[in-house]
Amino acid sequence: MPVADPVALRDGAVALGGRPVLRGIDLAVRQGEFVALMGANGSGKSTLVRAITGLVPLSRGELTLFGTPAARFADWARVGFVPQRQGATSGVPASVGEVVTAGRLARRRLFRPLTREDRAAVREALEVVGLADREREPVATLSGGQQQRVLIARALAGRPELFLLDEPTAGVDQPNQHALAEALAELKRRGATIVLVAHELGPLAPLLDRSVVMRDGRVVYDGAPLGDHEVHAPWLGEAHTHHHHHDAERRTDHVPHLAPPLPDHGRRSHP
Amino acid sequence: MSPIELFGTGFMQRALLAALFTGLAAPAVGTYLVQRRLALMGDGIGHVAVTGVAIGLLTGASPTWTAVVVAILGAVLIEEIRARGRTNGDVALALLFYGGLAGGVMVTGIAGQSAARLQQFLFGSLLTIGIADVLVTMVLAAVVVVLCVGLSPQLFSVSQDQDFSRVAGLNVRLYNILVAVLAAVSVTVAMRTVGLLLVSALMVVPVATSQQVARTFRATLAGAMALGVVACVGGLVISAFASYQATVAPGSTIVLLALALFALAWPVGVVLRRRQRVRAPFSDEPPDEHQPAEHDHRHGDGCGHLAVPHGDHVDYVHDGHRHAPHGAHYDEH
Repeated sequence: MPVADPVALRDGAVALGGRPVLRGIDLAVRQGEFVALMGANGSGKSTLVRAITGLVPLSRGELTLFGTPAARFADWARVGFVPQRQGATSGVPASVGEVVTAGRLARRRLFRPLTREDRAAVREALEVVGLADREREPVATLSGGQQQRVLIARALAGRPELFLLDEPTAGVDQPNQHALAEALAELKRRGATIVLVAHELGPLAPLLDRSVVMRDGRVVYDGAPLGDHEVHAPWLGEAHTHHHHHDAERRTDHVPHLAPPLPDHGRRSHP
Repeated sequence: MSPIELFGTGFMQRALLAALFTGLAAPAVGTYLVQRRLALMGDGIGHVAVTGVAIGLLTGASPTWTAVVVAILGAVLIEEIRARGRTNGDVALALLFYGGLAGGVMVTGIAGQSAARLQQFLFGSLLTIGIADVLVTMVLAAVVVVLCVGLSPQLFSVSQDQDFSRVAGLNVRLYNILVAVLAAVSVTVAMRTVGLLLVSALMVVPVATSQQVARTFRATLAGAMALGVVACVGGLVISAFASYQATVAPGSTIVLLALALFALAWPVGVVLRRRQRVRAPFSDEPPDEHQPAEHDHRHGDGCGHLAVPHGDHVDYVHDGHRHAPHGAHYDEH
């Protein structure tokens, strides 16, 4: 039996407060793939990741995680999530080590102290993101980019197989983007599956196996990696695009802001 | 009565026990409330509990237990409104504040009880606490402390980042309600010590004091609980000695002592934070390259300027900016 795809979504749609935000999404992420979800602000790329994690309910469609229907999926230790956040701080001081240790929660039982394995995983996660020497420092003293790396280390500490990262590079300076790219490259070498939402790729670009571009709640491109400049090009997803790498490529002729309100069932062949 | 006789009396010993347990429990929950930036939630629950006390006075049931029930209902209601409303959580809090207080005053009047009776609960009456109430206080406080410390990994994560915690498989809703219930229980625990109107001080002030100097969450939590005990027991002892001279209520002494501890810790925190800021790494923009600084001495060990490691070299803090060595001179950083 072949290995089940870490993420498989068929005909997914999401409505927030009655307004359709995503529609007709088919997305399968294969084991070990590095996929970037790209698109302009409001295109639905963050919502798609949040729908995969279950933070936003699907209004239609089928989602499976590692071959298990999402509603019955309970093995959350296999999923590492890096939410979109301003930083890693809260109303009370916390050390870098404490924030990263929260990443072990999916594997810890109630009322049990940290095991040796927990500590080893936290230390290793901090080494991967290059912050091993900051473990005892308060997170609030780190720069924004370093805090973002702390959040990645937190996801890493659970030793997941699938990483979902929501805009990890937003507002992060160049040196930290490079440190982040190095950490993700290390994860990729170890065979992790990575789905990353990004407005701009920067130094992450060489790591990609595949780009998925969204516009107005739909996937308009799914294929070989694209550069930052190509994602926002107006011709993307139209007939004369020159990326013939995948047959999965959707060719939605799409005039901006005149989207049909409902999913286009006409194009789909019902079994 | 000499001080030795005073501390040997039953009512004083019961008061000391109640103060000790209250001092441990209230800041333990308070830490999670402050972490969620819901510092005033304890105050809201306290006001709602006034109605609970009044219902106890009206029905003849123990005001402690009716207060526990009503406070829990109010806390869960606040949590639900907060979770759903998102934007106007503070308005919901305000509605419950005033509804609870007004309801309590009205029901007390209907019950034919005097304002003085209600005042025992509004501002505490540590010295009139009975054996049964001490036992209830101790048991409830122990439950609060065990849950707050034992579940600290989960509660820390849920209070810090709800989205992450949910994807880690935690039942975030359940933990949110647990925090609300624990807050309600510690409000009623502290009701006899400092009173419902000052309860929030005991939940928040020790935490605010502790985080002036603490660098980690564990240290903040432990420090807040220690400070809570110092404030409660210390406040009671001070008020006992002061009562030889004047009428001094333990509740207000406890809160003022907690605030005095904050006033002592605050300047320390200012200095520590200032030192941290100076050492903090540069944020996003790369520095302007090569700005030679006017400078007449060589930085080095013991030059009097703070040395900050920065990548492959060492910067020196000089009049609010940093000097980086560059050949024979220093660049502005």
